[in-house]
Amino acid sequence: MIEIIQLLINGILLGSILALGAVGATMIFGVLRFAHFAHGDFMAIGAYFALTVVTVFNLPVLAALPVAMLLTGGLAILIDQVVYRRIRRVQPVILLIASFATALVLRSFIQMVWGSSNQVYQVGIQLPWRIGPFTLKPDHLLIFAAAAGLVLIVHLFLSRTRMGKAMRAMSDNMDLALVTGIPANRVIMWTWAIGGALAAAAGVFLGMDTRLHPVMGWTLLLPIFAATILGGIGRPYGAILGGLVIGCAMELSTLVIPGAYKPAVAFAIMVATLVFRPQGIIKGNA
Amino acid sequence: MSLMSAEALYAGYGGVDILRNLHLRVEADEIVVIIGPNGAGKSTAMKAMFGLVPIRSGAVSYRGETITNQPAERMVSRGIAYVPQEANVFPSLSVVENLELGAYVLRGPNGPRMERVFEIFPRLKERRHQQAGVMSGGERQMVAMGRALMVEPTLLMLDEPTAGLSPRLIDETFERIRGINQLGIGVLMVEQNARQALAAADRGYVLATGENRYEDTGPALLANPEVAEMFLGG
Ligand SMILES: Nc1ncnc2c1ncn2[C@@H]1O[C@H](COP(=O)(O)OP(=O)(O)OP(=O)(O)O)[C@@H](O)[C@H]1O
Ligand SMILES: [Mg+2]
Repeated sequence: MIEIIQLLINGILLGSILALGAVGATMIFGVLRFAHFAHGDFMAIGAYFALTVVTVFNLPVLAALPVAMLLTGGLAILIDQVVYRRIRRVQPVILLIASFATALVLRSFIQMVWGSSNQVYQVGIQLPWRIGPFTLKPDHLLIFAAAAGLVLIVHLFLSRTRMGKAMRAMSDNMDLALVTGIPANRVIMWTWAIGGALAAAAGVFLGMDTRLHPVMGWTLLLPIFAATILGGIGRPYGAILGGLVIGCAMELSTLVIPGAYKPAVAFAIMVATLVFRPQGIIKGNA
Repeated sequence: MSLMSAEALYAGYGGVDILRNLHLRVEADEIVVIIGPNGAGKSTAMKAMFGLVPIRSGAVSYRGETITNQPAERMVSRGIAYVPQEANVFPSLSVVENLELGAYVLRGPNGPRMERVFEIFPRLKERRHQQAGVMSGGERQMVAMGRALMVEPTLLMLDEPTAGLSPRLIDETFERIRGINQLGIGVLMVEQNARQALAAADRGYVLATGENRYEDTGPALLANPEVAEMFLGG
């Protein structure tokens, strides 16, 4: 029982990281209709941007977080304008392949600039808190709080602002958004900015929890896509739930199978969702 | 000067002309109906005029200004609102959000505009927090029309506003459309319920295979035996 609760705590932690990645990926899918394969590498580069801020200015990671989010959001817009924008009108599969190439380029860039060995934000070991039989690192609480804060901000953006509503409208019904006079290009730029910024946050949190290395994001891409599909493709709220479910399932699976198979668990859930409930776990159109 | 007119339009999808030498016009205070068999090009005519289907030759003008092939955003800013035949609401958005987005191109508060829409469709006010996707067909049509009215249009283009509605709701919809027209909004609509639509309209066009067949006042088209036999089911 104690072990299960400890794994659930870890699962929610992993789940919040997945959720932040999945919200962006699902919004990009909703608005642009393609699976963005470079999303994991957005996470990684965001984490490294924060590393630079932390080491150069000697700041705590959380202070570097907004800078990393801003830079990655800007980078996402730039990549869209330079790479994706030109091929948007052709088949979605071309976009998908282009995003695959972007992923490789970003990863090589990270290796060139920051090297390919493991790095951490803070040297030294954080003493975990012991709460009864459970252990929790102070960083974990920070990650929970910051992730929850970001999710709340995204929620307020999507439900309260003109641009947020336009974004949901475009992902709902592209043609109708067009005839309503919603400016597609502006909405697309905002979608990249937000998707990139959230990916950066996910990457920074992952780096705080574990360590930084160039493929850190790429290895999480599959669970992120699994979360997106589980939550219903194109649905931000579903992606949050999907992220938490996949995170917990991956951690809990170590009770019965070796930890190396965690990604396989995400993959199995993804395939099962596609076969049995392709519209995702949430009912209705939410 | 007509509110909107199409002259000698040739337009279609991927190089194949669906519309051939199409002429249409709507005056400022009119209700104009387009009828015709399935596949006649009625929806294509509306889309071409609204800039959604490329026009190969011919001209569309609005209040004397040429607007051929202009993007939808510009059409809406000019005061032309279009309600497509299918998928004409944002299903995961609430009624209020659907309406708010209708006024996306306008500045200023949405409150008064929404109140005006609620006056026309009181039912929408009752259900304003409902998701549009779970509403009945009749209510969805109200959301769709309400969304278009939010931009305070001078011309409302409706593609089959009574499709799939019960006879009672069909009557009600035509009643509403007349009410909207009396607010000074020109209406151009495509209709399958041709008899009722012509009865509600000032003028009508009969389209077949992308060409004009007949054009007359509503009552005259209803009384025309050829039209009645070929297009109104005898
Ligand atoms: N997106 C499209 N691409 C290619 N051809 C199309 C497209 N939409 C319609 N068509 C063709 O154009 C012709 C006219 O279609 P349109 O939808 O304008 O007819 P309609 O008069 O509105 O018919 P209905 O009463 O069924 O709505 C049809 O032959 C149709 O197959
Ligand atoms: Mg049609």
